[in-house]
Amino acid sequence: MSEILLEVKKLITAFDTDNGLLRAVDQVSFDVAKGKTLGIVGESGCGKSVTAMSIVKLLPQPAGRILEGEILFKGKDLVSTSPEDMRKIRGNEIGVIFQEPMTALNPCHRIGKQLSECFLLHKGMNKKEAWEASIEMLKLVRIPAPEQRIGDYPHQLSGGMRQRIVIALALACRPDLIIADEPTTALDVTVQAQILDLIKEQQQKLGTSMILITHDLGVIAETCDEVVVMYGGRVVERAPVLDIFHNPRHAYTKGLLASMPHMDTPRKTMLPVIPGMVASLQNFVHGCRFCQRMKREGSVLRERPIYKEISPLHWVEACPLCVEGL
Amino acid sequence: MQDLLSVENLKIHFPVHGGVFKRQIGAVRAVDDVSLTIAPGETLGLVGESGCGKSTLGKAIVRLYKPNGGRISFQGEDITHATQSKIRPLRREMQMIFQDPSESLNARHSVRSILEEPFLIHGIGTKDERKKWVAELLDRVGLPSSSADKYSFEFSGGQRQRIGIARAIALKPKLIVCDEPVSALDVSVQSQVLNLMLELQQEMGLAYLFIAHDLAVVKHISDRVAVMYLGKIVELADADSLYRNPRHAYTKALLSAIPVADPAAKKERILLEGDVPSPINPPRGSAFGHRMKHPLYEQTVDKDLPLTEIAPGHFVAADPCCLTAEDYALMS
Ligand SMILES: Nc1ncnc2c1ncn2[C@@H]1O[C@H](COP(=O)(O)OP(=O)(O)OP(=O)(O)O)[C@@H](O)[C@H]1O
Ligand SMILES: Nc1ncnc2c1ncn2[C@@H]1O[C@H](COP(=O)(O)OP(=O)(O)OP(=O)(O)O)[C@@H](O)[C@H]1O
Ligand code: SF4
Ligand SMILES: [Mg+2]
Ligand SMILES: [Mg+2]
Repeated sequence: MSEILLEVKKLITAFDTDNGLLRAVDQVSFDVAKGKTLGIVGESGCGKSVTAMSIVKLLPQPAGRILEGEILFKGKDLVSTSPEDMRKIRGNEIGVIFQEPMTALNPCHRIGKQLSECFLLHKGMNKKEAWEASIEMLKLVRIPAPEQRIGDYPHQLSGGMRQRIVIALALACRPDLIIADEPTTALDVTVQAQILDLIKEQQQKLGTSMILITHDLGVIAETCDEVVVMYGGRVVERAPVLDIFHNPRHAYTKGLLASMPHMDTPRKTMLPVIPGMVASLQNFVHGCRFCQRMKREGSVLRERPIYKEISPLHWVEACPLCVEGL
Repeated sequence: MQDLLSVENLKIHFPVHGGVFKRQIGAVRAVDDVSLTIAPGETLGLVGESGCGKSTLGKAIVRLYKPNGGRISFQGEDITHATQSKIRPLRREMQMIFQDPSESLNARHSVRSILEEPFLIHGIGTKDERKKWVAELLDRVGLPSSSADKYSFEFSGGQRQRIGIARAIALKPKLIVCDEPVSALDVSVQSQVLNLMLELQQEMGLAYLFIAHDLAVVKHISDRVAVMYLGKIVELADADSLYRNPRHAYTKALLSAIPVADPAAKKERILLEGDVPSPINPPRGSAFGHRMKHPLYEQTVDKDLPLTEIAPGHFVAADPCCLTAEDYALMS
């Protein structure tokens, strides 16, 4: 077994809303080994980003808070870490790439200023060195004409360029852990391949670990060692990447894999979908949230299925209705 | 059939300022001599390298940018230089869905007011009617009707994109420019949204300009596909023909880079060496040839590399650097 860098244990994160407390993340557990990449997939709104934001303590305030659980990073519990210490950890030991680049970039500052900040703050460089290091980062993420672009404001860049700026920001301080929330969705596939190679290179060189949140199952297949599948705020399946694709066990994972369009799917035909829609968090049930979607009734909605290791390293939270042989 | 939209030799340039006096020292040639058409009820897919000008082209079509050259006609009417007052009624017919939903949805407004806005702007319906329409729209895009009284920040990225789609279809437009409408969605919701877009297209005879990076998705929803590289369209064909038989070297590289959803798959990827060219000082000849340091690059300097029909309905830039010798011979 390789060394564990991050361990999330029974994390519960909730939001205060007009309709009461919403559990967006409900007892989520996983760990990330040093140098490895863990993928998180799951339906829109299932809590992937909230899980990521919980780890770095950037939950929307004041509504979001961690109710229970532990987040052990290098053995230290981040849940109880002070905001000042968290600020030092973010950007230095943990690099974060956010889902919507515009929310991560300050629209009023030139990107050069935003990039230099990391080098000034964490790496003790002077202004000139930081500026040059920033140009170097832009080159690394394949931004053409970096010397000119460094003076641009975020709105002057294309969507993919902005996303690469955020990636550059996250990589700049050579963190131990990269949390990447949809890092390449705004990129074309050739640039995406280059950026993923770049991240992999840094991982190999520095032993960096990564949590990669993406709905692009192709990217998951090509990048991750292990995959966590979330549904309705919970981890419903977790396995090494080959098992997820070749031997999915939970009904949701199977549905997810089936709904992907393939190159040989006949054009303009209806794609398979998972019936129903995800129940609102307000209609919280203790039992299985996927059964709730399937409009099943009875004890499945009252009792939460057990989270079990059904074969080595392959975990599923499901009852027999969903997974044969359990 | 008459084209719904026709774009001829469109140019969109952004000024670049520099030097001590912040004078204009150049221009970003984001869209450089682009021509295309879209028929009623048709989907034209648009793919290409990040930063090649897809969003700018989309925004120019719905007239969020003023063209620096060329012509845009919508339903036979020249709208290239239409004034704001003439554009307003056009907004009912032409809508846009954006790449980053947080850019277009006002976080301080409830979903109801976001969805009512198009009706209010055009003075349509009574209060009760609007309420009913908002509920119908939410239902149409698969959100619970209780969403109406929430704020957009309370939704996940994917849910917000559905709100964006609901607003775009509110006024039953004829054309929607979709800038990466499903990039923020997981595949199970993505397939629902794609199905929804296909259904709406059939029901309402909608046409789409569909910009995306996921080539399988583009293939699935498009009738024809255009490939852009550094401000120019380099290949345009029937979707099946483009994917089965790509002619341009960039299209080939693009198709080879599609990640495969099978960790056991081994694949050959065409690696793109060289620096991504900048639209600020684009090379004078073939942009892709320049990047590849192609021996025939010099031949293309200051030459027109027009889109030429190489097979019925299949157009590709007549660029000796980017075509096989056989294909290039077919063109001359
Ligand atoms: N500020 C907030 N206030 C209330 N609820 C919120 C807030 N932010 C997120 N939520 C809720 O938490 C849930 C999880 O959201 P999250 O952003 O983690 O989803 P996600 O899995 O990242 O989805 P996507 O794939 O669409 O990005 C959603 O149902 C969302 O409505
Ligand atoms: N408002 C603006 N001011 C100056 N330059 C701009 C502006 N908008 C876009 N550009 C430039 O125009 C070029 C094309 O950008 P555009 O956003 O159209 O690319 P894109 O093809 O949509 O890329 P992506 O796939 O990354 O979204 C880029 O070089 C970009 O920096
Ligand atoms: S059958 Fe069981 S595992 Fe499947 S969805 Fe229902 S409770 Fe969950
Ligand atoms: Mg998210
Ligand atoms: Mg764009």
